Amino acid sequence: MARPENTLAFDGGWEYDPAPESTDHVRVASRYGLFIDGEFVRPEKGRYFDTINPATEERLARVARAGAGDVDRAVAAARKAYSGVWGRMKPAERGKYIYRIARMIQERAREFAAIESLDGGKPIRESRDVDVPLAAAHFFYYAGWADKLEYAFPGRNVRPLGVAGQVIPWNFPLLMAAWKLAPALACGNTVVLKPAETTPLTALKLAEVIADAGLPPGVVNIVTGAGDTGAAIVEHPGVSKVAFTGSTEVGKIIQRALAGTNKSYTLELGGKAANIVFADAAIDQAVEGIVNGIFFNQGHVCCAGSRLFVQESVADEVVAKLRDRMETLIVGDPLDKNTDIGAINSKMQLDKIEEYLKVGQAEGGTLHQAKGRVPKKGYWCRPAFFTGVSQSNRVVQEEIFGPVLAIQTFRTFDEALEKANNTPYGLSGGVWTDKGAKIFRMTQGVRAGVVWANTFNKFDPTSPFGGYKESGVGREGGLHGLDAYLKLGA
Amino acid sequence: MATAADRLPVAKTYKIYIDGKFPRTESGRYFALEDKKGGVIANVCRSSRKDFRNAVVAARKAQPGWAKASAYLRGQILYRIAEMLEGRREQFAAELKMQGSPARQAEKETEAAIDRLIYFAGWADKYQQVFSAVNPVSSSHFNFSVLEPTGVVALLVPDEPGLLGLIANLAPAIAGGNTVVVLASEARPLSAVSFAEVLHASDVPPGVVNLLTGHRDELTSHFASHMDVNAIVACEGGRKARREIQTLAAENVKRVVFRQGTDWSKAESANPYLIRDTQEVKTTWHPIGV
Repeated sequence: MARPENTLAFDGGWEYDPAPESTDHVRVASRYGLFIDGEFVRPEKGRYFDTINPATEERLARVARAGAGDVDRAVAAARKAYSGVWGRMKPAERGKYIYRIARMIQERAREFAAIESLDGGKPIRESRDVDVPLAAAHFFYYAGWADKLEYAFPGRNVRPLGVAGQVIPWNFPLLMAAWKLAPALACGNTVVLKPAETTPLTALKLAEVIADAGLPPGVVNIVTGAGDTGAAIVEHPGVSKVAFTGSTEVGKIIQRALAGTNKSYTLELGGKAANIVFADAAIDQAVEGIVNGIFFNQGHVCCAGSRLFVQESVADEVVAKLRDRMETLIVGDPLDKNTDIGAINSKMQLDKIEEYLKVGQAEGGTLHQAKGRVPKKGYWCRPAFFTGVSQSNRVVQEEIFGPVLAIQTFRTFDEALEKANNTPYGLSGGVWTDKGAKIFRMTQGVRAGVVWANTFNKFDPTSPFGGYKESGVGREGGLHGLDAYLKLGA
Repeated sequence: MATAADRLPVAKTYKIYIDGKFPRTESGRYFALEDKKGGVIANVCRSSRKDFRNAVVAARKAQPGWAKASAYLRGQILYRIAEMLEGRREQFAAELKMQGSPARQAEKETEAAIDRLIYFAGWADKYQQVFSAVNPVSSSHFNFSVLEPTGVVALLVPDEPGLLGLIANLAPAIAGGNTVVVLASEARPLSAVSFAEVLHASDVPPGVVNLLTGHRDELTSHFASHMDVNAIVACEGGRKARREIQTLAAENVKRVVFRQGTDWSKAESANPYLIRDTQEVKTTWHPIGV
């Protein structure tokens, strides 16, 4: 069906003037050590790596690379703080420290937002309106749990686990640090946290906040590095609990590495969420939901709605509207408030996404990609979707972690559900329809931990998040998120 | 010497239970269960990997229907199992004795097993109310989290107590809507097989409970590694066994639950957290407004 006219293109004559967020208020040091026992220290072997701005390919700072010896020091500091201070502190006092962290993130929100966009490439609108406020809210929510834990698990005695080793990804750097730290601290654990290699800066700024908030030394330790640093944390005998967010592949390695130890673990892994649009849905609203589902944060979202299932009778309409809407998305400077899609987080990730664009076509899919301009320097991927793909295609089965959607059609409810569940993943899902009973039949049928009905990619500290099947073990957020950091006894 | 008036007792053939049927093991092999004096009590099926795979297929097929059954119905069926067991108390006590339990202990264990079923029958329509939540999100959405069964659960039940240990772990798994494949106690396998007969007469749909006998060291790796099993619960085995189970379970990120060292006769060993162990938390978001 030929539709040459883009109904949303404003005659192609509209331009946005740049509206960049100022970075005057941002303080980034040229070099960062490791945050161990309450202070920034040099890494034992003196090794550092660059963290770069993916929108300019320029270096933002040099960051310490922690070795096994550094991890040892961090775990020892955490262990000491656990048995000496944090584990014994009155829970209400513990809570007050966490409230302080929440407040200080709010105070420094603009700086956090700008650094998040500089270091990770995400649009300032998202770091300002989603990442940073949600991170603060997460600390605020869990702070209040600190002295109420016995009410969360009726009939059980609750105890902290000890030292939690936490490894977080690069897609929501500050928010993931908050998801990990806030419940761990509220439950009385101490922490060694490793931010992702490509996005360490907001975690290091958070270390400054934690120091300024007066947390006892060693309660939170932040060590930067790559996979080997993460492995050293996971395997350290002084760690009682491992919390990991990242790929399913690495999650499996961690589950194996922990076998035979008594360490507990929570894993937040990959996803390939089905977003299901029925013919009776509010179509324009659904199209916005599809856009938010897959293009939010450049598609670097484990719960992204990366598989779209559209009921056959409205498929042409939805695809046409989506194509037009996609052309209006602005790809470019993450600091620009007009930007919808920022920079791809790293060269490595961009290569991976581009590979999938080729694979999808080689498998017979039709690629539709927005045609707009992108900056010359930096890592960019214009939003895209595939039609004409089938269940067995790699772009349908595998997590791309980029702004690339795979569209399939269905006729019946059962067909949609069957296709939606036909994946090893089970993190999230979406359903769009005007019929209430159909919504709940679908939300019950989808084997996934979070299901959005007539909305997508919504998050809240009170709302548990986590996967079924190979998307992970355990929940983060809400009352259920406490479970990950407590030992429940009779 | 037997006389013409004596009656020869009919010896029971102990089979396995898959998909609501009692087949012999596909392996054609057995192991002899012996009494203290070395006399053979029974030949017990030595289940194979193929038996296990058949059992998983049956469990998977039965799972959506069992999960969809109302909590009230699941509770009634668990209660029905207890009723049927109550009617066969003497048989179960006798079988435990035959397998080596002292008389009084065998009776007490049988009673405790029946009571444990009643306990979990009562939880079937209540645990959801204890463990679910309405989450007060800041945006204008109605947001709630409920428990759903994780799916197919592999159960390596304790050796002792042979009947109570089985029921204490089986009941919470099926009360929560899972279907299960159980490897019975190696020391007390007969109780499990006879219990399958009770299940069979208790309105439990075929495939909801599948029960194998055999050698744990032969079957554990298959229980742990099968790609269509969602969770594994292990009540026996030391550090080495735990390492093997979790290593293999990682292949499809199974939920791994270890319950070694539990005294199943204690009241505190019955609680709804055993149900929760094999549940997933699902959170649903829905806009509020028009």
